[in-house]
Amino acid sequence: MSYSEEFRHAPLVRRLVHQIAIEASCNRAYRFMEFCGGHTHALARYGIEDLLPQNIEMIHGPGCPVCVLPAGRIDAAIRLTKKENIILCAYGDLMRAPGARGHSLLHARASGADIRMIYSPLDALKIAQAHPGKEVVFFAIGFETTTPPTALAVQIARRDKLKNFSVFCNHVMTPAAMRHILKEAQSDKASHSLIDGLVGPAHVSAIIGCEPYQDIAQAFERPIVIAGFEPLDILQALLMLLRQVNTQRAEIENQYDRAVTDQGNYSAINDMADIFEVRDNFEWRGVGILPNSALKLGQDYRGLDAEERFDMTAIFVPDNPACECGQILRGRKKPRECKLFGNACRPETPLGACMVSAEGACAAYWAYGRFRDEAGVS
Amino acid sequence: MPKNHRRIPLDLQNGLVELAHGAGGRAMAALIGEVFYPAFNNELLLEQNDQAIFSVDAGRLAFTTDSFVVSPLFFPGGNIGDLAVNGTINDIALGGATPQYLSASFILEEGFPLKDLVIIANTMGDCARSAGVKIITGDTKVVERGKADGVFIATTGLGVLRTDIVLSANKITPGDCLILSGPIGDHGMAILSKRENLSFETNIVSDQAALHELIERIIDVGGDNIRVMRDPTRGGLAAALNELAEKSNIGFVIDENKIPINSSVAAACEFLGLDPLYVANEGKLITVVAPSAASAVLNAMRDHPLGREAEIIGKASEDSRFFVQMKTRFGGRRIIDHLSGELLPRIC
Amino acid sequence: MCLAIPGRIISIDDTDPLIRLARVDFGEVIKEISLAYTPQAKIDDYVLVHVGFSLSVIDPVRARQTLEDIEAICGLQEADLMGENS
Repeated sequence: MSYSEEFRHAPLVRRLVHQIAIEASCNRAYRFMEFCGGHTHALARYGIEDLLPQNIEMIHGPGCPVCVLPAGRIDAAIRLTKKENIILCAYGDLMRAPGARGHSLLHARASGADIRMIYSPLDALKIAQAHPGKEVVFFAIGFETTTPPTALAVQIARRDKLKNFSVFCNHVMTPAAMRHILKEAQSDKASHSLIDGLVGPAHVSAIIGCEPYQDIAQAFERPIVIAGFEPLDILQALLMLLRQVNTQRAEIENQYDRAVTDQGNYSAINDMADIFEVRDNFEWRGVGILPNSALKLGQDYRGLDAEERFDMTAIFVPDNPACECGQILRGRKKPRECKLFGNACRPETPLGACMVSAEGACAAYWAYGRFRDEAGVS
Repeated sequence: MPKNHRRIPLDLQNGLVELAHGAGGRAMAALIGEVFYPAFNNELLLEQNDQAIFSVDAGRLAFTTDSFVVSPLFFPGGNIGDLAVNGTINDIALGGATPQYLSASFILEEGFPLKDLVIIANTMGDCARSAGVKIITGDTKVVERGKADGVFIATTGLGVLRTDIVLSANKITPGDCLILSGPIGDHGMAILSKRENLSFETNIVSDQAALHELIERIIDVGGDNIRVMRDPTRGGLAAALNELAEKSNIGFVIDENKIPINSSVAAACEFLGLDPLYVANEGKLITVVAPSAASAVLNAMRDHPLGREAEIIGKASEDSRFFVQMKTRFGGRRIIDHLSGELLPRIC
Repeated sequence: MCLAIPGRIISIDDTDPLIRLARVDFGEVIKEISLAYTPQAKIDDYVLVHVGFSLSVIDPVRARQTLEDIEAICGLQEADLMGENS
């Protein structure tokens, strides 16, 4: 098995879609949120929404760490690079995210800042080793999938006494965001059920396991099914959600059990607990300030914290007042209902969180889906 | 070979490019005489004039220019020299012309190894010769260390149209067939596999090639049924199709199942989170053909080494929004949008 | 949420036990990956890889079971599948 092709088997995909259509009761609509940006991308890439029955609607959640990274923190990183001695290392998807006035890391690089795209935090360590005279700052972002790699980089830097390496930590936490989204959906008097169930993230769950979702499902009485990324995974998970909704259950189910266990990845969870501590509050672009939703380096590792070392401060940068990202991330509005969508706000000139990365709801809709709503589709 | 007793001999094994090599004096004469003339070797060039003067048959000419800044300079399957010659040959040939002459301008970085320059120049000479093309004039400049990535090359090409064929996006009509000459993404992924911080071990090799013979065959068989041809270079197949759609005021619908891709390229794209539709190709073309001639053209392409894996991948469609749509392997549909910005690998 | 793809471990280098580098094959693309967070991983195991790290070892039995469950949902037998064209 290659563990990817088998889960893309077209005849099975078609049959599973057919089964979903049979079991989706025509008397009601179903609204499922796929929390994770990777799922948003997979839905778009495989054209899955096109295959689903009309009464199943997918709402694209806030699980895209590039999208929810506040503009003010991007600016803080860019300001840092104006100091001569700094090499800033960042993941590819972060390079285009806009700070204030639309300036991204790419723009900063064009203006002369030393900003390098890396595949892994280990690459940032190598750069620090190769440039002892420079300060190498690793711009760490991501949910729990991406946090353990940062944890290991920090340990290696400490062990190897790498004096010129530090981390600008923007890691965020899935359960807090899920709780917030469901709480908002619950309190919305305009609609009793904005979200009927959640497709849970695949690889975050490989790290944190299924346990952290238990109290969320119970508290909000919504089913959560953890799903892999392949088309068969997503479709099987949707079927499982459908069945739970149809039988009024609100349980955690694990569709992706070939990679996700109930307890999660023990060594990763331990390392995260050792190295990081939870911030009291953190701004999520498009969502707001959430308590206990993000991480910073713990006491023992403060020496490697770039915010401390360079006295970085992030100033709040509001999004365009006409930007509807907040509503879109909660599933209350669709991208096309935002006045800026397709006009001032496009993939080349993103104004808000949802257009910033290829997985944001607006970017995904722009690239893959906007023909569906227009007349005359052949 | 013209002799110049006052020429300073170069150390081609261990020497480096110096500012003097672009200054117009003896050092530059030495560089040109010992590196470029032997590599490109033709009468027009060796007349050593500031310009090359020649006659052409009466009729239409094709004229194009392109510059090459690829990094790394040497990659699996070729180097910047191959690209510089084949890329311009292809641009001429895609218009239905027979490529004849090229110019080559070099911007060299101080400190660039002469050994590598010789390899690049010889590659260019060999490429040109195999295509029956002559590099007849050129220019050399040298900039300070740090101001260029080793070598930048610009080539300008001239060709003659031997038939009265007119290839244009305007000729595309709904229902026309879209043929792709072979698997996508090899060049872009071969380059990325050698880029610092993204590098990986692989057998992927650039597909860079001169397509003029394949193109001649297509025109011979298809004649007026060939609407237009393009090479999907930067921005990949997606960019080429979007450009055609915009210029011709039609849409395209393509079938994901029909698009050839090598498994190693597909794996590399998955690994880096890239969409192969946007990855550059340097030895592929797409052609839009009237339906009546599609089969014959496809067979003719498959008879040629550079078209063995050609496929009809879709059709032109009536579409007032000029969308390029793809039917996914599962029967769903998605739009293939133009690339916005640079192609950046994803983590999430 | 994050892009992680399966690859097969073809060799392991224990020189640095903290990082535990391995060469992982993604289908004719081979990359060096840290197995730090999958200490139980061994040669020929398939791991999910994200930003240069393995996140979990894929359980082949459960993978097979998932496919069989899906096939059962769709009311298909192996034989039917073989006869289908994509």
